[in-house]
Amino acid sequence: MATQTERLTDIGPPDFHQFLHPLIKKNYGQWKYHETLAPGVLCHVAESGDRIYTVRCGWPRLVSLHRVRFIAELADKYCGGYLRFTSRNNVEFLLDNPENIEPLKKDLAAAGFPVGGTNNSISNIVHTQGWVHCHSSATDASGIVKSVMDVLCDRFTHENLPAKLRIALACCLNMCGAVHCSDIAILGIHRRPPRVMHDTLNKVCEIPNVIASCPTGAIRSATYEGKPSVEVIEEQCMFCANCYTVCPAMPLNDPENDGLSIWVGGKVSNARSEPRFSKLAIPFIPNNPPRWPEVVDAVVNIVDVYARNARKYERVGEWIDRIGWPRFFELTGIPFTRYHIDDFRYAGLTFARSTHIRF
Amino acid sequence: MPDEKKKTPLLDELEKGPWPSFVKDIKAAAETQPMAEDLLGQLELSYKDKISHWKHGGIVGVMGYGGGVIGRYSDVPEQFPNVSHFHTMRVNMPSGWFYTSDVLRKICDIWEKHGSGLFNFHGSTGDIILLGTKTDELEPTFSELTHLGFDLGGSGSVMRTPSACVGKARCEWACYDTMGMCNEITHTYQDELHRPPFPYKFKFKFSGCPNDCVASIARADLSIIGTWKDDIQQDDAAVAQYAADGVDIQKDVCDHCPTKCMSWDGKQLKINNRECVRCMHCINVLPKALRPGKEKGATVLIGAKAPILQGAQLSSVLIPFVPADEILDTLKELVSRIWDFWGEYGNNRERVGELIQRMGMATFLDAIGLDPVPEMVSAPRDNPYIFFRKEDEVPEPEEGAGEPKQK
Repeated sequence: MATQTERLTDIGPPDFHQFLHPLIKKNYGQWKYHETLAPGVLCHVAESGDRIYTVRCGWPRLVSLHRVRFIAELADKYCGGYLRFTSRNNVEFLLDNPENIEPLKKDLAAAGFPVGGTNNSISNIVHTQGWVHCHSSATDASGIVKSVMDVLCDRFTHENLPAKLRIALACCLNMCGAVHCSDIAILGIHRRPPRVMHDTLNKVCEIPNVIASCPTGAIRSATYEGKPSVEVIEEQCMFCANCYTVCPAMPLNDPENDGLSIWVGGKVSNARSEPRFSKLAIPFIPNNPPRWPEVVDAVVNIVDVYARNARKYERVGEWIDRIGWPRFFELTGIPFTRYHIDDFRYAGLTFARSTHIRF
Repeated sequence: MPDEKKKTPLLDELEKGPWPSFVKDIKAAAETQPMAEDLLGQLELSYKDKISHWKHGGIVGVMGYGGGVIGRYSDVPEQFPNVSHFHTMRVNMPSGWFYTSDVLRKICDIWEKHGSGLFNFHGSTGDIILLGTKTDELEPTFSELTHLGFDLGGSGSVMRTPSACVGKARCEWACYDTMGMCNEITHTYQDELHRPPFPYKFKFKFSGCPNDCVASIARADLSIIGTWKDDIQQDDAAVAQYAADGVDIQKDVCDHCPTKCMSWDGKQLKINNRECVRCMHCINVLPKALRPGKEKGATVLIGAKAPILQGAQLSSVLIPFVPADEILDTLKELVSRIWDFWGEYGNNRERVGELIQRMGMATFLDAIGLDPVPEMVSAPRDNPYIFFRKEDEVPEPEEGAGEPKQK
């Protein structure tokens, strides 16, 4: 046993076995099937006949120690202290006694935690840091997520969609949240080329690295007032901010030109159709804190149109496969613009190369 | 604080509504943590100015590590001195994100003493994010965390914190032990996780079945996705029960099958398993009746990434099937070869998927010693620009060889 003064390194994460519910430890790898008892409530049945019950609730990804201690208390009260988190920032309480499900749900409801996020619902939004903790963000993340989920909360607590629907938000093109394969992606976007800070650039950045960082070759070396610096060929800039990532003297953040774009139809799962990227629906919506009503309306509109028109089991992208993109734009009322036509690498792959046109 | 409401009128709006509010959490933490109070103030200013008030990162960390801490400084430190430095620590989560209430409380106690009292549960890559503290607090926090049994996760050009779906712990579809594998790989490559050895980041994600709950195919440089080789396990009585309970087997199951390999005559569901692509739809709809086969393992895919730099990519098939008990050894052998090749030829900030695009998959396969197989492509090439290798060319006859020349 290490003493408190001994410096430990490279110990790696703790072995997960110590955190497993005894019932899970006993039936590890021996699960037979599962049932959904209610939205957010699952029952997994083992070969042995043992049953483990899961109650899933949404919470903000950004939480205080008070909230963490609160769920720890609930876990003590109802499930021997055993809980886990999902890949989409949901909390899952793991219970061996089904009689504890309703009291737990009651306590969660009283504390304002929505229970749901299973099957054909909207699960919690995965998202990035935004203005809370990121230097390159084109928008906030937590505030938009909160605003969108306030309106879509019933879609989390009910399983009334044609299929599951995954929303994700990333606050810039770095996509720490990897939103590029979501049914609906909200993506922060810059629209102004970087402003080169000639006074400081050669002190804080390696100029060859800055030049090499640009995917379109839009940065070249230049001299300003005798100081080595760079210049940006602005018409070649597509606002990816990679130069800013390698060099702080190339900021692109701009209050009026930063905003959001909306992407649709991506998926990760292999079920039915292959995994695929989300495609552009709306190229730009200005930042409008604290509640971003235009973004919320845009997302809710897409969800509602999808819910009304898709067939059972069709994810957003599969629904659009069937009806075609022209009908998607028609049904949602979203204008199709020149920005929707790809002009980056492999652009031709998304051109319509047939006469298969729905009229 | 009577003036609290006036101080953050914009953020106060985000305390309303049915979804749990992060603003309430920052305010709750602010009651005891001065850093959280200044974070709230600076965030309000961002909401007013519509711009981030964080400066570009700086290099900070714990002794001997090249990652795990994200340096962050305020650009308005005179207004918000308690977040003048506000560095994030990434803490490697247990596989599958399982915890006990006891260990969560101990993490809270450490962070109450040393930081903002705010977390992300969890960050995008899966780590527990300790959101914001001062440079001086990094070592003491690290020390307490390691004595609790936790270590830092990855950042920068390292093997990033691997993650796994719930796998065999609570899912009947797990075709291999995702959590065990994730834990094993993470421990094997601690040096690669903590000290940047690569051109850029490298991610592993372990999904137990093709539903891919950790988005492995979209996000991991090496995606390990469970699958099976033999027939879907089928319980005919349970299928009939689903039908009796109102599931339209034809419409809800057969009609969605991507290869149309199933048929239903009202009594018997027939599956032509040779044509099944293991998509999971039928199993997802009929979990009591259908299950993955018994010959389980994983498909290994390579190269997924988000857009920066050359555009987003999904992973593509590298090894169609590895039996479950051979996955770990296969991965260890494979990554050493992949990392050697990438280390030698990769450019700065070039993910392995982009390197493969630049140099060609065939060149990559040669380098890592894998034979090409048709499962790797959706179709063979449709352009005739084939880079035939010199050794495949029939050489010109050397002088003096071949037909005897006229004297």
